[in-house]
Amino acid sequence: MAHQTHSYDVLIIGAGGAGLRAAIEAANAGVTVGLICKSLLGKAHTVMAEGGMAAAMAHNDDRDSWRVHFADTMRGGQYVNNWRMAELHAKEAPDRVRELEGWGAVFDRTKDGRINQRNFGGHRYPRLAHVGDRTGLELIRTLQDHTVYLGVDVHMEHTVIDLVLDNGRAAGVLAYDRANGQFKVFSAKAIILATGGLGRAYRVTSNSWEGTGDGHALAYRAGAELIDMEFIQFHPTGMVWPPSVKGILVTEGVRGEGGVLKNKEGRRFMFDDIPDNYKPQTAADEEEGWRYTQNDKSARRPPELLTRDHVARCINREVKAGRGSPHGGVFLDIAWIKEKLPNAAEHIQRKLPSMYHQFMQLADLDITTTPMEVGPTTHYVMGGIRVDGDTQMSTIPGLFAAGECASGINGANRLGGNSLSDLIVFGKRAGEYAAVWARENGAPRVDEGALAAIERTALDPFTRGEHGENPYKLQQDLQDTMQDLVGIVRLEGEMQTALGRLQEYKARLTRVGVTGGREYHSGWHTALDLRNLLAVSEAITLSAIERKESRGGHFREDYPEKLDQFATFNVMTKQGSGGAVQVSHVPIPPMPPELKQVIEEQKS
Amino acid sequence: METQATFKIWRTHPGGDGTFQTFKTTVTEGMVVLDVVHKIQAEQAPDLAVRWNCKAGKCGSCSAEINGNPRLMCMTRMNELDTWEQITVEPMRTFPPIKDLVTDVSWNFRVKKGIKKFKPRPADQPDGTWRVAQRDVDRVQEFRKCIECFLCQDVCHVLREHNKHDEFIGPRFLVYAANLEMNPIDSDDRIPDLKEQHGIGYCNITKCCTKVCPEHIHITDNAIIPLKERVVSRYYDPVTRILRMFK
Repeated sequence: MAHQTHSYDVLIIGAGGAGLRAAIEAANAGVTVGLICKSLLGKAHTVMAEGGMAAAMAHNDDRDSWRVHFADTMRGGQYVNNWRMAELHAKEAPDRVRELEGWGAVFDRTKDGRINQRNFGGHRYPRLAHVGDRTGLELIRTLQDHTVYLGVDVHMEHTVIDLVLDNGRAAGVLAYDRANGQFKVFSAKAIILATGGLGRAYRVTSNSWEGTGDGHALAYRAGAELIDMEFIQFHPTGMVWPPSVKGILVTEGVRGEGGVLKNKEGRRFMFDDIPDNYKPQTAADEEEGWRYTQNDKSARRPPELLTRDHVARCINREVKAGRGSPHGGVFLDIAWIKEKLPNAAEHIQRKLPSMYHQFMQLADLDITTTPMEVGPTTHYVMGGIRVDGDTQMSTIPGLFAAGECASGINGANRLGGNSLSDLIVFGKRAGEYAAVWARENGAPRVDEGALAAIERTALDPFTRGEHGENPYKLQQDLQDTMQDLVGIVRLEGEMQTALGRLQEYKARLTRVGVTGGREYHSGWHTALDLRNLLAVSEAITLSAIERKESRGGHFREDYPEKLDQFATFNVMTKQGSGGAVQVSHVPIPPMPPELKQVIEEQKS
Repeated sequence: METQATFKIWRTHPGGDGTFQTFKTTVTEGMVVLDVVHKIQAEQAPDLAVRWNCKAGKCGSCSAEINGNPRLMCMTRMNELDTWEQITVEPMRTFPPIKDLVTDVSWNFRVKKGIKKFKPRPADQPDGTWRVAQRDVDRVQEFRKCIECFLCQDVCHVLREHNKHDEFIGPRFLVYAANLEMNPIDSDDRIPDLKEQHGIGYCNITKCCTKVCPEHIHITDNAIIPLKERVVSRYYDPVTRILRMFK
């Protein structure tokens, strides 16, 4: 079992925005850095982010500040956020965005030549630094092109199978190289998980194949604590037609530029249901909403730009009530702005070029003339690895997490634009503190026996060969179960049914078989992903059963109200000693008076 | 509505050779080529190797040659193809094969490292930032739309037919160099490297790269030709040559 072995001070798993930003920080701190990416460098899911990154730079409205951003984030998260992370995020995001420009990022500009900021759901003022509707590409390319000159070792198309601990401390990983199917051992003084989300647990998702909850599951199996796993963000606007593109994201930027949601009767149904705590900030009529999208500072935002959880549920309600579009969504209309703007078609193509091409190429639909059909799609998980807000260290010493796989900043619901800024704020912090940890601690020992056991489990599907279960079929069944029973609207009985099925799927996973060589074997890879998908699906379902109320991304039809007694804790899942999932509550620490005051002063 | 389609997909054999394997399958409305390849993978060939990520034309992973044309599989709709009797899908031929539709594109990542990195000029504002007008970055933003699918590299005859990988960086990295050279904040000079090391002279502007770009970047007209002009005016313009003699 002599595997190729690499040793680093800091090992980073995942090369999206958070992983790359962590790599830059750690490398600049002078430690050796290894970076493992599941795909080619620059292809991670960050590339799909469209609208922008939220940072209170106050370029477009000088009333903005970290205080407003902090209050917006907490309100969006329904106050179960890690307030320390929300505070750090709001304070540090402007500097993180500005430094990108010094690394070659080219943002859209204001008239006076500064970084331009756009409106987005839940953000009080225009706050999203952006590049058309391809901000994620700009972020990942900037970080990628900066990282490769820093002496970071990049291991492309490698997948981590499991973490190995040394006396309870993170010590290394067993990974495999897709191109040749061979195992590799990585040992490190500090390990950062930056693996992104888990949308692939659902049938309709905006996530790429990589989003299988790897970091969540790796940490969970190693004994780390996961929190908030019941909070899944269903983005209100995904494509619904044709079937093969169902779930692909339609950026919130469409609504930010004046796009409106209508049911089949032509009614702007979002005006019918505006939550009380958002009423003071929401437009009174369509005219005011339009003025807001055109940067009229005296206007309040249209209800289409309420938080994503709310908009998604409103769309779901219209469809269920039989007022949906022909293919089971609702209409998103940006073409109507031709009534307001002289060169509307050109304007739309310039502001939303990717959306224009996406609909033209994949749906034969011209968004400058025809309304789109859209519906909710599984987009983001607010829950994840429980970390310290300042250092991003998990409950396992030496194991850090940043970005979507970490939890805390978003609470029950993430505001659009807070993800990209989360990546750079907490990616940087994770890199910084992992480097400190690596300097202060010696090299851990990676246990050969543990590696051998992981390797045997990983190769099991080959021993069953063609008589085994088809991994793709099992993945589809799992996605159907999560979509239908633990989706946007939840019920106790349905989730109990889902739990039962998840146990069956676990049994089926032990029967999955693949044939052929190990080189670039998608079937084998799917079998390995399934372990992670099953682990996170169980954590989601158990957490969702535990939270008997509705809050943010978690909506219970049997408990439709938000309840005060659930505002004081996060639901935590952890692997128990017997292998079963333990569910418990972690109290939310009291907020310092000065932050409470910020929230109070922003309530009007 | 379901319709039959016949796919001939390139399969590699141990040792590196390959042949087309024929698959018959059913296709439903709106499917793209990548959907069909995935369907075949799930139902008939679980070990079929295909590289993909976003399935929305944004990541540039699923580049292949479909009926001989370099395309993204995720953005090639079945109903664009003339016939479904025999659709060929094969890997990019300019890069070494790994398995089936997957090629080794690591050369591209090495090439990029050889280009001088972004080097900002001193900030012009007290807060450490720069003021830049939108019109001054419009062109650079066009180049930065690149999703690094490497289809332009695949189709470039300097690489594909003449194998000048050691002397020529290819259209993708000429676009990358142009993005740096035309960035109003960048202060470095890559013109000598473009002439001496990056082989810009090899490009004879046949525009094949521009034709296959899924992001519709005007690679030849907006990136390569202006860079060629800068090289020419630096090294071959008779007036500047004489002036340089007196420097």
